[in-house]
Amino acid sequence: MNDLIIVNMLLLGGTALVAALILYFVSKKFAVRRDEMAIRIAECLPQANCGACGKAGCADFAAACAGADENEFANLYCPVGGAAVMQKIASLKGFAATDKPSTVAVLRCQGNCRNAPAKIIYDAVSSCRIAHRISSGQSGCPDGCLHLGDCVKVCKFGALSFDEKSGMPVVDTSKCVSCGACVKICPRGLFEIRPQSPAGGMVYVACRNKQKGAVARKNCSAACIGCAKCAKLSDLIRIEDNLSYIPPAVDAGELGSALQQACPTGAIIYKERIRG
Amino acid sequence: MVKKYTFPMGGIHPDKHKITASCPIIKAELPPFVTIPVKQHIGAPAKILVTKGDKVKAGTLLADADGIVSADVHSSVSGEVTKIEDTPGAGGYTEKMITVKVEGDDWESSIDRTPDIVKEIKLTAEEIIAKIREGGIVGMGGAGYPTPIKTTLPEGKKAEMLIINGIECEPFLTADDRLMIEKAEQIIMGAKVLNRALGIQNAVIAIDENKPDAIERITNLSKLYVGVNVKVCKTKYPQGGERQLINAITGRELPSGKLPIDIGCVVQNVGTVFAVYETVLKNKPLFERVVTVSGPGCAHPGNYLARIGTPISSLIKQSGGQPDDIEKIVLGGPMMGNTVTNTETPVTKLTSGILLLNGAEFAKHEPTACIRCGKCALVCPAGLRPFAIRQAVSFNDPADTLRRLHVGDCIECGCCAYTCPAHIPLLDYCKIAKQEIRKK
Repeated sequence: MNDLIIVNMLLLGGTALVAALILYFVSKKFAVRRDEMAIRIAECLPQANCGACGKAGCADFAAACAGADENEFANLYCPVGGAAVMQKIASLKGFAATDKPSTVAVLRCQGNCRNAPAKIIYDAVSSCRIAHRISSGQSGCPDGCLHLGDCVKVCKFGALSFDEKSGMPVVDTSKCVSCGACVKICPRGLFEIRPQSPAGGMVYVACRNKQKGAVARKNCSAACIGCAKCAKLSDLIRIEDNLSYIPPAVDAGELGSALQQACPTGAIIYKERIRG
Repeated sequence: MVKKYTFPMGGIHPDKHKITASCPIIKAELPPFVTIPVKQHIGAPAKILVTKGDKVKAGTLLADADGIVSADVHSSVSGEVTKIEDTPGAGGYTEKMITVKVEGDDWESSIDRTPDIVKEIKLTAEEIIAKIREGGIVGMGGAGYPTPIKTTLPEGKKAEMLIINGIECEPFLTADDRLMIEKAEQIIMGAKVLNRALGIQNAVIAIDENKPDAIERITNLSKLYVGVNVKVCKTKYPQGGERQLINAITGRELPSGKLPIDIGCVVQNVGTVFAVYETVLKNKPLFERVVTVSGPGCAHPGNYLARIGTPISSLIKQSGGQPDDIEKIVLGGPMMGNTVTNTETPVTKLTSGILLLNGAEFAKHEPTACIRCGKCALVCPAGLRPFAIRQAVSFNDPADTLRRLHVGDCIECGCCAYTCPAHIPLLDYCKIAKQEIRKK
């Protein structure tokens, strides 16, 4: 009886030992090598996997950071995590953190139902990309917002919402991380990721219509008519194809309110503070 | 029993609604002004030759083809050029257009305006192609591919058969049907001209079996001419598609990404063939075309011979005006046509019909969830899976995924959206997908 127990114990124990040895060697031999640095960097990242940094996801970004030298590291930036996360990663790597001004997505259109009343009824699929193909839109403006909210659907951070009253998407600047998803989805390219001015303000032309002034105004009362009144205030402002563009280099704190007042149609938007 | 030809894969049978089949072609009234787009074709816009204030006659060259893939644009009326600027087109997007104020109706003196039918072709193949180019002829079936390119044989390729597309499978449209009945002899002569240009003696006029008058007329006449035959096709949509028609007539399947000439075929629409006849033998460039004005919202449907550039509102007015309860106005057929948001948009070389649609049949249905029935894949004449394309598009899948679904082979016939029991606008998704793969 005792013999049987001992034989069993030896047999099973021996099998277990052999299996354990095989497993040990296999796990050593085929172990996935992971960069300790990449793991630690990945832990700092927001794990949104949005692709805003230009990499395939957070893990890819972490690997890129881990393998980067000081020059390459200066070009890497996680817009979701912002300066705080980049500071952490930089301290892990022992580099100096790159400093970028905080950015936010802005909608360059004011074609709401008051400024640009609907002339036709669009009742096909509720998708801007489809509507863009079919016609110039309800107001007739070929460059304006289509009010169907592809951007709201694509935003992963809940920063875009639909204002029922005006029919326009609204950016919640406290939630926007400048990932650029709305920029990519909008068939009319109405979104722009803009950096804040040093004082924290922002000034931009909220119109993309390139038609002649009279034609543009027929469709929307808040259209840029290319009158160049804003261009007189700063040499940086360009007027091309009847449309003005205020580059981010124009200091909003200095010129913002003057530009806003100079615009006869109200196409220029000035905000004193974007965040906080 | 005559053998009737058709293509094997997919297809649907929508209601025909050919209410204007017995309405003779009438000349549309001249509008007070015409707006002529400089790009009515696939390819580069034509280079404008006239300036504001110039006096032009019907048939005067307004804009010259810019490069090989482009087409000449002629004035369709006599009068004064008043504007050359960006004007809103059918969808509200602006295009460069030339506005001519109509004064009288003077034609260029070189145009042969006699009703006699010219039955003698003295020109060589090269001369014919040069004349077609000068006439600004493009594929009038809807694609607008410049005809001279199609008729010029590429190096090392040989044409075996010229297929003349008289199918007109879209519901409502009867422009080609009436043209075949009233201008049968001219179309046959046009076919002979193209035969000469291609160096063959084998033109086949394919006609849908739902056009008995046209079949009878063309069959009787074609007996008198060598090298022009008639083949009757079974009614099925989209039989008029180039690939489908080649498959139906010859039994050859056009491989993905190949052109008809690669398998020895050249396909031309009957409207194009008629324009070829007029240009080559009567010296008249393409500046007018037959347009069907029809639809349940139309008080007096009819077929009009309209000048290019006539605002569609003018044609709508002539056929009874626009009712208040109109659901939508469509340019082209109800299956493939586009909804118009601007009724001042002009008739172009490609406008085969203007449809005023209202009533329950054309009312919008709210799309519901896909029930995975697979009907869309069953009716797709290109053998695609529209439901999968829609899924890929709505999840913003990369272009490679779409390419794997062969989105590029979609002919945008709309069978999938027509048949979908959940009313999902599958065609719109396919169009977006095609746009996506073209981007990169």
